[in-house]
Amino acid sequence: MLTRRVIPCLDVHDGQVTRGVQFGRAEDGRLQSVGDPIALALRYNDQGADEMVFFDITASAHGRRSMIDVIERAGDCCFMPLTVGGGIRTVDDMGMMLKAGADKVSINSSALTNPDLIRAGAEKYGSQCIVVSIDAKRVQPDRWEVFSAGGRNSTGLEAVAWAERAVTLGAGEIVLNSIDADGTKSGFDLIITRRISESVGVPVVASGGAGTLDHLAEVLLIGRADAVLAASIFHFGTYTVRQVKEHLARLNIPVRMQ
Amino acid sequence: MIALLDYDSGNIRSVEKALRKVGADVERVRTPAAMQNAEAVVLPGVGAFDDCIGALQRQELLAATREWILADRPFLGICVGYQALFERSEEFNSCAAGLAVFGGRVVRFHKSPGLKIPQIGWNQVRITQPDCPLYRGIPDGAYFYFVHSFYPAPTDESLVATRTDYGDDFASSIWRGNLFATQFHPEKSQENGLRLLRNFVEFSASRG
Repeated sequence: MLTRRVIPCLDVHDGQVTRGVQFGRAEDGRLQSVGDPIALALRYNDQGADEMVFFDITASAHGRRSMIDVIERAGDCCFMPLTVGGGIRTVDDMGMMLKAGADKVSINSSALTNPDLIRAGAEKYGSQCIVVSIDAKRVQPDRWEVFSAGGRNSTGLEAVAWAERAVTLGAGEIVLNSIDADGTKSGFDLIITRRISESVGVPVVASGGAGTLDHLAEVLLIGRADAVLAASIFHFGTYTVRQVKEHLARLNIPVRMQ
Repeated sequence: MIALLDYDSGNIRSVEKALRKVGADVERVRTPAAMQNAEAVVLPGVGAFDDCIGALQRQELLAATREWILADRPFLGICVGYQALFERSEEFNSCAAGLAVFGGRVVRFHKSPGLKIPQIGWNQVRITQPDCPLYRGIPDGAYFYFVHSFYPAPTDESLVATRTDYGDDFASSIWRGNLFATQFHPEKSQENGLRLLRNFVEFSASRG
């Protein structure tokens, strides 16, 4: 049986893992211990992570080069699925990341600016490696809109409609990041996750809001997500990947235990 | 030496690294001539069926691979490198002919409510041929990493080494003589995947 995936996300800046932009509070003491992406990747590999996402938060040409190095080094020691996001603007960018050892590339703002990038990438490399990441925010009681540029700019697009369009263009997976829930540790946005998961025929990865083990279970059970992505709970050692999986297994959610 | 066919497939680096990890002497090979000294050939592949077939053809590797297989020399196909062994694909707009080493087509998962396509993630294999050398030391029900929308449906049932259930109960790997091929990615399947690759490397050495 296909299992639900537990995916640690590493935000990389200048070759070092940093807390994502969403984590405003300085936690210097703990941060230093999670600086090296390869050390972290090895740790999560040992903990039984199902996949890892490396996210280039600098999204510059320089960042892209250092990201290729990170992916190559991670691939040298972790024989597991790797996804890369951030700063990918062209089909060539995608090719570089896949060549370096990534299995999937994740695009967000560049897909909004140029939706044809989804089609071109899927045509060249196959839908299975094109991930469209969506930052959604609840703007009315029953309306979620898509934001770009790290959640700063509203696009006016309705989130479910954009997810459906991305899939029509060739996206093989959707990562849904809730701007409202992100960094709050108060749980995922279950409503929009479920709506998107039930509207698109491709896997949906829920992101943003993980604080407790039950949050992760909820978004799989109620939100109907196919995978969960989290950063700080893993980086700051709140839970290990294994603890998360043991909890999910107790609730009869199919997970891969080693 | 294991010849890793290099036609710019996306997963070539990962396959190369994983083979090295299990102690194989790997060489990237871009021409039929360079294949001849090898004791085994590995055909990686991700993405679209037609692209892979087209690239192999341009480098004249298609006919050479077919000859290699028909001579029953040790071979491992991965993902699209598995699909390429069949006649043709139902992939959208596909018109390329595969290697047609085996009868059957590459088909898409059948739509059913709640079934997400592509299949992305870790699924189990049911080993239908327990004496298959590829699965030595790997338990029935072991998890491997899959990322695909299509899979081959061999007409010859006796080829099937493992089956996997994802809406359809499909042939997740095959075995015939010195040929093995997997729909999943051993190079991305942590311990189980490395064990499988080591089994292949050792098997090939024993035939050399």
